[in-house]
Amino acid sequence: MGRGSDVVIKTANLTKVFKVGFRGKSVAALKGLNLEVNEGEIFGFLGPNGAGKTTTIKILMGLIYPTSGKAWILNKEAADVEVKNRIGFLPEQPYFYDYLTSREFLRFYGQLFGLEEDELRTRMNNLLTLVGLEDAADLQLRKFSKGMLQRIGIAQALINHPDLIVLDEPMSGLDPIGRKEIRDIILRLKEDGKTVFFSTHIIPDVEMICDRVGILMKGELVNVGRLDEIMDAKVKYVEIIVRNVSKEMLAHMEAMGSSVYEAWDHVSINVKDEDGVDSILQMIKDGKGRVVSVIPQRETLEEYFMKKIGGTS
Amino acid sequence: MKVLTIAGNTFKEAIRDRILYNLLFFALLMIAVSLLLATLTVGEQSKIIIDVGLASINIFGVLIAIFLGIGLIIKEIEKKTIYNILSKPVPRYQFIIGKYLGLLITIMVNIIIMGAGLYLILIINELRWGHDIFNADLDIWLYIWLDIWKAIYLIFIELMVVTAIALMFSTFSSSSTLSAIFTIAAYIIGHLTEELRLIGNNFPDSFMKSTINFFYYFLPNLDNFNVKGKVVHGIYVSASYISLVTLYGLLYISVVLLLSGVIFQRRDFK
Repeated sequence: MGRGSDVVIKTANLTKVFKVGFRGKSVAALKGLNLEVNEGEIFGFLGPNGAGKTTTIKILMGLIYPTSGKAWILNKEAADVEVKNRIGFLPEQPYFYDYLTSREFLRFYGQLFGLEEDELRTRMNNLLTLVGLEDAADLQLRKFSKGMLQRIGIAQALINHPDLIVLDEPMSGLDPIGRKEIRDIILRLKEDGKTVFFSTHIIPDVEMICDRVGILMKGELVNVGRLDEIMDAKVKYVEIIVRNVSKEMLAHMEAMGSSVYEAWDHVSINVKDEDGVDSILQMIKDGKGRVVSVIPQRETLEEYFMKKIGGTS
Repeated sequence: MKVLTIAGNTFKEAIRDRILYNLLFFALLMIAVSLLLATLTVGEQSKIIIDVGLASINIFGVLIAIFLGIGLIIKEIEKKTIYNILSKPVPRYQFIIGKYLGLLITIMVNIIIMGAGLYLILIINELRWGHDIFNADLDIWLYIWLDIWKAIYLIFIELMVVTAIALMFSTFSSSSTLSAIFTIAAYIIGHLTEELRLIGNNFPDSFMKSTINFFYYFLPNLDNFNVKGKVVHGIYVSASYISLVTLYGLLYISVVLLLSGVIFQRRDFK
């Protein structure tokens, strides 16, 4: 590969063919993928389920071997064990040893990186604070909710102060607040000068934080660049997450044509047209409510692709 | 260091697993039941107890080795926990060795507990007949009761071999059932290798002869590790025999682990 140290991930004609079924029928999960991710950027790896995102990530992590082509991370071949000292990785849907407590869990991975006990303890405490799990430090992972598992998963991915963080579907299955927390963590990592590469099939996740995205479809990269350059997805509705809002106000908002969903500690209001957002926000402000987030929701990638496939056929 | 971390975690996993306690409970129950069996015999009660006790330790040890040994890798793959370990700076062969050592520690602890249980029952038996064992001839302690540990030690070496075989099957098979069947088959044939050679030599057909001979050399001769009968009847087991058999076990294990490592290194974790 080139000498440019600013390329953190690079693949050249990466191809993976799986043999499936009894007769060993060949299925190409990746077809000649060429991808470059630069240092210090947040790169969103987009694609519908089954597009080959996880396959790509597994090759990058050395879990599977490419049928042909090559992959490099931080100027080393992806299968190189040493380069993993500088990578933090969160697998898709965290599967961890559920008989361990948070602390035991972080200690275990810290030890795999060869961290000394003193340093390990400091980092463990910092990370538990970062992901908001101080109270669950001595709880077994089997008692964790999905959101908590995702957060402890991110904590373990950061235990070695990695230069590159690879997250496979970090926001799937999380509620709006959980997704926001993950986004905040990703942004903070970028501020620290780290490179973040994550896969997702949910567009709002990427459009708020990604510098660049790559769109993968049926094992082929169909587009790379800034999301707004690639797609001009229309806003379907704007999701406003608030706390401390009175029932009367919510009723009023519903009367104005917004949908209101109440969760245990927050309310999610979906506003149909973008012009209505200002007046709703003003109303919340006047009523001393607290706005957690305002997120324009566009069509999902599946919808986008369905349309694309439908349009061409 | 990483090997030890993984070994420690494997041990932790095993001791938090309910299967282990179930097996241990039944093993201790069997040893205790030998006390009842001994009552049915006239004299020589301790022989019956040692006989049943060592057999229990062996059988339940094998069960622990096979069931936990196969789960060792397959469970990691099924539960997808392996992704997160192998994405850390851990070479795959170190992962395998760590897992193996972790299970060996588990087995060793269990065997020691079972051995202690056997001792306890022997003491209870002696006290039951009013023998003042604490002032008894040192002979009983040294030549019979301490010899029990020679048998238990060789059971452990046998279990090391069985665990290594279970581990090897689980590095390429993704079915626990199939791996269990293979390992149990290897265990049974491993105890019948002498017979296997006799059968092979009596075959007129040279193809069958060489096939059977291949299995004879390929599978471990597990009967080498069986000195239970000798110990029960107070026949001396020499230190040189024990060392030779240990060496044989370690050599066999090295080859099996090497093979497992090579297979595991090439494997895709889909």
